[in-house]
Amino acid sequence: MSVHILYFAGLREALGQSSEQLSLPAQVGSVGQLHAHLAARGGVWVALATTKNLRIAVNRKVAAMDAPVKDGDEVAFFPPVTGG
Amino acid sequence: MKVSVQTEDFDLGAECTAITRGRSDIGALASFVGLVRDSNDGAGISRMTLEHYPGMTEQSLAEIVEQARGRWDVMDATVIHRIGELKPGDNIVLVAVASAHRGDAFAACEFIMDYLKTRAPFWKKEKTPEGERWVDARESDDESAARWKA
Repeated sequence: MSVHILYFAGLREALGQSSEQLSLPAQVGSVGQLHAHLAARGGVWVALATTKNLRIAVNRKVAAMDAPVKDGDEVAFFPPVTGG
Repeated sequence: MKVSVQTEDFDLGAECTAITRGRSDIGALASFVGLVRDSNDGAGISRMTLEHYPGMTEQSLAEIVEQARGRWDVMDATVIHRIGELKPGDNIVLVAVASAHRGDAFAACEFIMDYLKTRAPFWKKEKTPEGERWVDARESDDESAARWKA
């Protein structure tokens, strides 16, 4: 399956990219598994593990680590919000 | 109900007039405007850049307004948040809520701001004399939003 991934703000800068389309191995079926899969890339991707209070949204809704990830989903990773 | 994420400035008076024009059932109109300050955490701010998550931002703001409507008598509401490059003194955000009475208008306006600050996907980057930095989320904002959980 394939998902569209977005990165925002300080995390986007740390990773050096704002988005990617990624084919996932069969064992990645949850937000937490996707997070671990990306963090395992090493190098700058350690930012996914070190960003304090990292937020994750699936299809534009904030999701917990155990939320499912399905083919065609849009998954976004970002630091805590600071608008207003 | 109006939700807008925009680079252009807004006019508080014009937005309030748009809410009340042609109506005589509104008894209270509460509004809040947030502006760019020229200092933050001990550093001078010369510029601010607002980033957001297009699509999720508008959806998130609309949901926050819907939650306010579920809790108070909200006859109309406007939420405008600017994005892009801003400078000290510029408007950032506007929330205006119309109701029959002031209690509901005040409460709903504050609730929308508190939830916007902790839930809507916006991020601020400040330019200081030492360089650019992303603004850290404040615990006090989480505490403000938590007050509304009853």
